[in-house]
Amino acid sequence: MGNTVPELKSVIRQLDKLDCVQLDLQGEQLGHWDSRFVLFLFELEKYCKTHNILLNLLDFPAATQGLLKQASAFPVRESGQKNKHELPFLAQLGQDALVFYKQTQTMLTFVGEVCFSSLRLLRGKACFRQRDLWLVMQDCGPKALPIVTLISLLVGLILAFVGAMQLKMFGAQIYVANLVGLGMAREMGAMMTAIIMAGRTGAAFASQLGSMQVNEEIDALKTLGISPVDFLVLPRMLALIFMLPLLCLYADLMGILGGLMVCVTLLDISVVEYLIQTKGALDLNDFIAGLIKSSIFGVLVALSGCLSGMQCGRSSSSVGDAATDAVVAGIVSIVVADATLTVVYQIIDF
Amino acid sequence: MKQVHIEVKDLTMAYDDFIIQQQLNFSIHKGDIFIVMGGNGCGKSTLLRHLLALKKPAQGEIFYQNKNLWQISEQQRKKIMRANGVMYQSGALWSSLTLEENIALPLKEYTDLPAEEIKGLAYLKLALVGLVGFEEYYPAEISGGMKKRAGLARALALDPDILFFDEPSAGLDPESAKLLDDLILSIQDSLGTTIVVVTHDLPSLFAIGTDSIFLDPITKTMIAQGAPKKLLAECSNPVVQRFLSRGVK
Repeated sequence: MGNTVPELKSVIRQLDKLDCVQLDLQGEQLGHWDSRFVLFLFELEKYCKTHNILLNLLDFPAATQGLLKQASAFPVRESGQKNKHELPFLAQLGQDALVFYKQTQTMLTFVGEVCFSSLRLLRGKACFRQRDLWLVMQDCGPKALPIVTLISLLVGLILAFVGAMQLKMFGAQIYVANLVGLGMAREMGAMMTAIIMAGRTGAAFASQLGSMQVNEEIDALKTLGISPVDFLVLPRMLALIFMLPLLCLYADLMGILGGLMVCVTLLDISVVEYLIQTKGALDLNDFIAGLIKSSIFGVLVALSGCLSGMQCGRSSSSVGDAATDAVVAGIVSIVVADATLTVVYQIIDF
Repeated sequence: MKQVHIEVKDLTMAYDDFIIQQQLNFSIHKGDIFIVMGGNGCGKSTLLRHLLALKKPAQGEIFYQNKNLWQISEQQRKKIMRANGVMYQSGALWSSLTLEENIALPLKEYTDLPAEEIKGLAYLKLALVGLVGFEEYYPAEISGGMKKRAGLARALALDPDILFFDEPSAGLDPESAKLLDDLILSIQDSLGTTIVVVTHDLPSLFAIGTDSIFLDPITKTMIAQGAPKKLLAECSNPVVQRFLSRGVK
């Protein structure tokens, strides 16, 4: 049969042509062999069985025979092959809709549980440790300052640059201060901090709770009758509700500082001029509008992070998936909520 | 006749449409060390989750001292569950808490004891499992065997009526496994606690088990019931015999 393993297809083709009832293979001169050879024999044996050909393996090394025997020793699970066949379009659509329905149901259940927990908190009956709250607050507040500083300073710079290009054409450079001030206070400050927190803290929440799920720590809480939502979700949510507005305010100031740097260096506007213009453009409502947004974003980031964590499966790869889901869900919900709030502000003239 | 502590009637366990085990009928008596055994993937741990009310049965009923677990209010169910101590396979210690805090948490939650006394109780429970001196350690800082023992100390925190063990000897060296077996026996001996152990570790199940059921993944139901030693001597089912007589010449 040659020096190397012959191709199974060509052997089968020849066998088909011959229409034989018995096949003797002589293995006396077999030199070096490996699993590929055993696979060849295994497939050949299968073919012979289905075509009623008697296969005799003569003088083959005992090891090959042993491996062959072992490979056919276990019964093949009939329904074992996972259903890989593609469903028809409508069935697939239906299945996706069912999955979506189930996910929505779990999400709403979770939100409901969080509401009940918050009520318990208001009545002073929720069980969580204050130390946990302080730790999470420290983690998602002061520790996030460096990245918030960098990002919001740059966002302020970018806004000022874009504005300066356009406004310069009309000689209205001074209005860059209005653009940056309003842009940061009403929109970008809240949104950028929320997005940073979704990537930083939301993902951390999801992976913390996810690994607790893998480790059965959440089961241990449940069997003791301690609500995991009270114990784990509440402190995280409270921490973000408190810290995100503070970070947002800080980001607003940093953004304005970024705008100031551009104006002073490129547009020959003095520091005092810029600050007076900014002060004239902004009033307290603008900051409040941003702060309300950021509190809501805080809830959204915490909810999406904790929900993904609590729903995590029991393997380490699902912890990674949970973190990804948390960030995606967090960012999408932030942007949708921001758009909605902006429209609402517009309607109520806030 | 010993009092029945937990009774399982016609229990079917399933994940969506996939049936894990069906028609399980058995009783766990007070003071027994009840073993749930069977090969990998037969649904031992899932049965444990059902007994702990972490998962609702697809069919059938579970009674705790004649109270149907899923026909009582959630509050009552929680109260029943609070009388259970569980040692999870991995210990499941809360990773952000020290060993002492792990044991103190249920005590703080469910008793009005002063902080000093809670500290003392946590010390006592750690002493029972030989972990005095590790009060301030976090779970990540101790070995696997110690985590299991700390898990047992936490399970003992509220002086439970029933103790559940999920594969207590998995991942332990023979010496530590023996130590844990002795601990289980001494707890049962001194406190009279009902103990349910999920395991497939033969030395362990012969050493401690007074009653058992055998779950079969092929027929998807229990195929034997009785004391493990008695099953080895008398059970005629070849699957059970093969399982129990591994290594016995």
